[in-house]
Formats: sequence, structure tokens, C-alpha cells
Amino acid sequence: MKISMHVNDKLHSVDIYDENTPLLWVVRDILDLKGTKFGCGKAACGACTLLVDGEAVRSCSYAVKFANGKHITTIEGLGTKEDPHPVQQAWIEEVVPQCGYCQPGFMMATAALLNKVPNPTDDDIDKNIINVCRCGTYYRMRKAIHRAAELNASEASSTTQNS
Amino acid sequence: MAEKNKVSRRKFLVRGGLGTVGVLAVGAYVFRNPIRRSILSMANSMEMGYMGDTDTPMIWFEVTNENNILVHSPKVEMGQGTFTSLAQMAADELDIAFEKVQVVHASTASGNIDGMSTGGSTSVSGLWQPLRELAATMREMLKNKAASKLGVSVGELTTKDGAVHHKDMVMTYAEITDGVTEWEVPDTPVLKDIKAYKYVGKPLARIDLNAKVFGEPIFGMDASMPDMLYGAVVRPTKIGAKFIKADTSKAEVMPGVVKVVLEEDFVGVVAASLQQAENAKNAIVTRWESPNGLQTKDIVALMTVGNGKTTIIQKEGSALEDTAEGLEQLEFRSPIGAHAQIEPNGVLAYVDGDRATIKISTQVIGITRKEVAKRLDFEEENVNVIPTYLGGGFGRRLHTPHAVQAAVMSKAVGKPVKYFFSRKEEFQHDMFRPPTHHVLKGKLGEDGLLENLEHHFVSGDVGNNSVLLPNPVPTILGADVGAIRGGFIQYGNVPNHRSVYWHVQLPFATSWWRSLGLLANTFAIESFMDHMAIKANKNVVDFRLAHIQDDEIGIRLKNVIKAVSDKAGYTDEVVGGKAMGMAASIDAGTPCAQVAEVSIEDNQIKVHKVTVALDPGLAVNPDQVKAQCEGCVIMGISAAMHEKMEVVDGELTPTIYGPYHMALMKHAPKEIDVVLLQGIDRPGPVGEPPLGPIGAAIANAVFRLTGRRLTEMPLSLS
Repeated sequence: MKISMHVNDKLHSVDIYDENTPLLWVVRDILDLKGTKFGCGKAACGACTLLVDGEAVRSCSYAVKFANGKHITTIEGLGTKEDPHPVQQAWIEEVVPQCGYCQPGFMMATAALLNKVPNPTDDDIDKNIINVCRCGTYYRMRKAIHRAAELNASEASSTTQNS
Repeated sequence: MAEKNKVSRRKFLVRGGLGTVGVLAVGAYVFRNPIRRSILSMANSMEMGYMGDTDTPMIWFEVTNENNILVHSPKVEMGQGTFTSLAQMAADELDIAFEKVQVVHASTASGNIDGMSTGGSTSVSGLWQPLRELAATMREMLKNKAASKLGVSVGELTTKDGAVHHKDMVMTYAEITDGVTEWEVPDTPVLKDIKAYKYVGKPLARIDLNAKVFGEPIFGMDASMPDMLYGAVVRPTKIGAKFIKADTSKAEVMPGVVKVVLEEDFVGVVAASLQQAENAKNAIVTRWESPNGLQTKDIVALMTVGNGKTTIIQKEGSALEDTAEGLEQLEFRSPIGAHAQIEPNGVLAYVDGDRATIKISTQVIGITRKEVAKRLDFEEENVNVIPTYLGGGFGRRLHTPHAVQAAVMSKAVGKPVKYFFSRKEEFQHDMFRPPTHHVLKGKLGEDGLLENLEHHFVSGDVGNNSVLLPNPVPTILGADVGAIRGGFIQYGNVPNHRSVYWHVQLPFATSWWRSLGLLANTFAIESFMDHMAIKANKNVVDFRLAHIQDDEIGIRLKNVIKAVSDKAGYTDEVVGGKAMGMAASIDAGTPCAQVAEVSIEDNQIKVHKVTVALDPGLAVNPDQVKAQCEGCVIMGISAAMHEKMEVVDGELTPTIYGPYHMALMKHAPKEIDVVLLQGIDRPGPVGEPPLGPIGAAIANAVFRLTGRRLTEMPLSLS
């Protein structure tokens, strides 16, 4: 089956033997974008979280056939070192990662949350950010999520002023 | 310790290994032609079994064309921040900007192999002296070489910003090393005064921050090679299952299958894709023989003080009779715990002729190499282990038999083979944190102070049966060096005190889990101290302080207790529905005290704030020391309040996150306040000691709120 999808704003067309292959493995092994991680294969830990049309999706349990025609964003497409996404900028300011393995999933989940709830409360964060981090970086992550919301807001206001 | 690590001319002492049982290894500097512009290299002539191979050049530093310094680290980075601290130390002694120092994992081909492990919270403390001395030696070598190139006396030269300066002449380190093949090793120079350091002691951002924020492929799971195939290995679901036979006929003809590999000790399959390998694995019909019907209650019955063999690990004064008047006694338990690191165990192996390349997340680079070489019957130097960043270590990656299996499969197909555990396999085949049982006994004198304090405990193996320890070690010591961590009585002023370890063999593997016995032992002892303080009608701070002796470690322990009490504003009173609980521990020479602020909401324990006082000695990077404290608090909350593996009908369960409850964002305290003390002038262990007090601190707070003494992890009111 042929799957066409935009990944990080680039159109990809891939031939898939089994259309039920998880999107995670297409992204990692065919498109060679290794930033999206495998953790459990059962949508239980969130390490594989990426965005499908702006929504957080656990890609280890999302068949690639559902991605046909959609826009996928992975950590590689979230921002760049030169122009980091506010979530990445906040993660850098708070020095969040330890081992770092789960962090792309958390950053993608946070980006999706901020799309819906630009200024999340602690309660919003508790209810929506439900990935697993074994190093225990939640304390810094919470600070970084609030910081990302601030950065988003100031970016939005400066854009408004400029326009 | 610092004395032992002193580097003398042509002699180099390394402290490696596991906390209290570290191996001392002696090597010598021998200078070699540079390999790629390496300017400092060493070959070791080992007098003890440390690195196995004595002829390979050992690379510590490289100068790149861009005048950056590459540090080849013999320790792996698993989140603990070691790479950043090493860069700070190297930059200061090399007189180069921190930003110009990069740290990479040393492959075994570089010769810079830690024959033991990355573990035991020893990486920064162990390399503190040798790495700075190596860097300082290299700086002097650069100066000497610059002097001869410039034709001036070395005394007229200074080093700054990665260059040697002479009046208005500047020669970068890269320019100095250009074309040089012969180097002389000078006497090890005197190290700079710590106060003169620009980077050591500063809270600099982690050097791997960008790689981790932008999703770079740095982990073992991200490794790939051209023409790579995928492997899968059949594993039993039952405890103690013995492999009898396998019918592989169906798997052999499945799509994509390249080969089914049937060995005496495992059955694996190699296929073109991950899914095809998994499908074929599932089609292999395997017969196992296993004991039936083992349940959690059987493990609990087995794990009870009084069973098995006993060793007294600490003894002062007389024993407390069970019939003594005023005897207080409480029992505590901790469950089987999983490592549950998010990156599964995995490996990429390529056996090409008589050489093997292994890319892997491992904490035991040297052991991984040794085991692969042994199985393939290769010389060790023909096996190159290339360590990657670890997606969590926590002790799980001290065991890498999967490297051997991947190498065997690769050899069978002549191509690179990658394979990793499923999450179910991770949970069922973990090398678990052992369950424990503790009996605490105590007796107060007329003055309200303890006359007796005893800790009797049983634990599954940690260090026993571990490839990390030479065989005689457990036999000589009589007690498991890992299980007893934190199991000693730290209150030396109690006239009669003792700690007694019991050993029982479990039917499944248990092993090193971050901080080893510390979390469970401290939970038991410090809960009991709280109990006795209340019996004595004394404030828990004063009660603890009164029982601590005035030697160096005792004074440091008292100082963290006082500091945490002041910072948290500790009170025995319940205020606004919240109560505080305190606990303290010493692990690997690092004292830590914590206060947890807790309430009960809907019959659930809620931790609002944790205050930590830690005395790690000199904090090379205070921000990363704090990060380790925060991480230990949260991992400790997870283990003490949520996690538990069960044994059901001979299987370990659950086998997935979720059912295996772990702390999530909503369980993490919103405030973690860390105070760092510096009781010694060198770095001490950091990565594990802050895991000690948290369980007891929470349980003690719950007692203030409810009058109930929680004696089992995971802590629960229902």
C-alpha cells in the first residue's frame, strides 16, 4: 500500500507491505527520523508521541494507514537549534532532560497541549501530560511547561505588534 | 581516597567499580604516536585485572582541527550528568573554554575502558583526581612543545583560551599538535587551587542538552548499519523455566526470515524486518519445564527474617533479648521492584570474519566485550564495544547477555543484527530490585534515649551471583555488598546497636537497582527512629541528633539533618491538613536528610513538597547535583508509593506501564527544595544517596496525619 503524508512539512510517499505497521516504525526506520522513541509498543508510556494534524498521538499504536494524507510533526520538525520551538526553548532554559530518552515524547505532548490550552494550570498539566519519565524530571518539566506557555504568549504578542 | 588517586610520574591510579568494593588498578603512561591527533594517550601495564589488555593505546583527549578538545569518557552518560562534570574539570585544567570541550563515549578500541562499571555513584568522584591530573599533564605537554616550536623558554609561556601565549604571539592547541608525533610526558604538575577554577563548582547547563532537546539519534536504540537485519529471541514467561526443545519448522519458512538460530541456551530468529522477526518468533513452538504455581505469598513467606543464613554486619555492645522489658519492635516490608527504564535493552551486533562490533547501551563496557569475545572465541581486542547514551541505566544495564545473543545471530547470517526486548520481556526478565523484610528492635533508657537499636533484615541478592564482583567477594564478606547498603545503624551513640543480614535465595534473578538496599533499609530504620522518638516524647530532630556520634561522617550527618529542618521549617504539628515527616541516611559516604510535606486527599497520600539537604562534598556542577536530588525524590516516590511486581501462577506481572504503577506528573511534588552542604573538599557520590530518606519521610508524615504507622512499600492507606 502506498501512503502519502507530510512529515515535518515535507511530502513523503512510502510503499508499505503491511498497512497496519505502526507509524512509529515508518518514521524511525523508513524515514530515518530517530527522535521519536520506542518505549512499550502499547501506547502506555508516551515515548513515541508525535503530532498528527496537531494532535498528540502515540505512534507505536497508530497504524500507518491512518496517517495517509495527514500532516505529521516529529521532534525533528518541532524546531531547530537556530529557531527552537517555545517548548524546546523552555526545556533548555530549565535544563530538563536527564537520560533524555522520554523527552521528545513529553515535548510533543506539551506542544499539543499548548495548541489547545495556551496557558495551562497545574491541573491541566496533571491531566494531560501523562507520559512516563523514569529519571523523574517531572518537577523541571512542569516549570518548563509554564515557561513555554509564557514564551508562546510573548511570541504571539510580538507577532501581533509587528503585523 | 584523594591520596590513593594521586597520579605520580608514569604511574596512574584509578579508582573504579562499585562504591565500597572498588578495585584499585595501576597503570603507567606510555607515550604512543598519536592516533588521529590524539595528543595524550596511555597504554597500561596492569598489575591487577582491570582492563584485560595491556598493549592498546589509551585515548583520553583529542585536539580537533577546530581546536576543540574531545574527552573520551570511560564512564557512560545515562542522565546522571557525568559528561558535563568531566568537561568542566578538563576545561579548567586545560585552560580552554568549557564550550570548546566535547565528551564522547570511549569505545573499547580506544583502550580507555573501565573494566568495572558505570555505577555506584562513582563516576565524577572517581575521576576527580585522575582526570584533572591528566588534563594538567596535557597542558604542560602542550606548553613544552610550543616552547620548542617557538624557540623560547617554557617559563615565558602561559596558557589561556585553548592557546599558548608568548608576549603577543598566540599558538592554538591545534596548531601546536599539528604534525607532532613524539611527545614527552612531564612530571604531573601541581593542580590549580580549586578557587581558581572558572567552571568547576558552577551550575552550567548539561553539555548533552541540545542533543536531547532536538531529538538527535544518540541512544543504543537509534543505532543502525547498512544491510542491517532484525533479530528476536524467544523467552519463557514462567519463573525458573528450563528450555527443553523448540519446533522451528513453521518459523523457518515465514516471509522475510533469513535464519532461525538454535543454540543450547536460546532460540533466536533473524529476519529482514522487525515485524517479520517478531512474527517468526511467535511461530516458534517452545517447550519449557518450569515449577508450577509460584505466588507472591510464597515469596513473602520465603523473604522473612529468620530464614536462611545470617551474618552480623555491625555489632556494638550487647544484643537485645526478646523478653526485655520495654522492648519495641516493628516489622517492615518492601516489594519486588522493576527497573522500568524507558529505553528497552537492545543491541546492534556485527560479526565480520574474526572481528565483532557491538553498539549498545551498557553500564559494563568491559564485561560486555569480555562476554562476547568468550562466546565467539575471539581475542578481546577483536571485539569493539561502542557504547551509546543510555535511555536510563539504574543498574539494569549491568547485565548484557543480549549482546552475546545478537553477536551469535550476526555471526550466523554474516550481517549486522539488531534486536531489543519487548516491554513484556523487559518486565518479565528484569533483574529486579529484591523484596526485603526488616525487623527493627529498640529500647529506651530512663533518660528517654535509646539503649538498644537493632536492624535485622533479609533481602534477595544484589551483589551475590553478580558478574560484577569477583566470586570470592560475597563469600569473604559473608553478606551481600549491595543488599546491605543503608542497612547499618548510623546512630553510633546508641550504646548497644547491631545490624544483622539474612540471606535467602529467590527463584528469580534480583540485582542492582539504583541505590541498592538503601531505599528499603532506610525506610525501615528511619520509620522506626520516628516511632521511638514519639515513644520518647521527643522532637524527631533532637532525638536523631542526640544519637549521632561526633566523628567526621557523624558531624556531616547532623549538619544535613539541621539544614533540612531549618530550610523546611520542620514541625511535628499538623498545620492546615498537612504534616511533615523527616528521615536521614548515609550512602557511600554521602549524608542526606529529607522532609516531606504530605496531606491525605480522598484517602490517598499526596506529597506536596520535599526539602532535601545533601552533603556531596564539592559539587562540580551544583545544578546537576540538584537534578539528581529531584530525580531521586521522584523515583523514590514512585518506588515507595506506587510500584510493585507480583508473582501470579509462576509469572512475574504486570508486564506493562500503567498496570505497573509508577509516579506520573500528577504524583510529583510541586516543590522540591534542595540545600547543598560541603563537608569535604572533594566530590563525593551523588546519583544514589538522595534515594535513601524519601520513603520513610513520607511514611513518618502519614503517621502525624493519621496515627497509622505504614510498614509496607508501596505505602497505602487502603
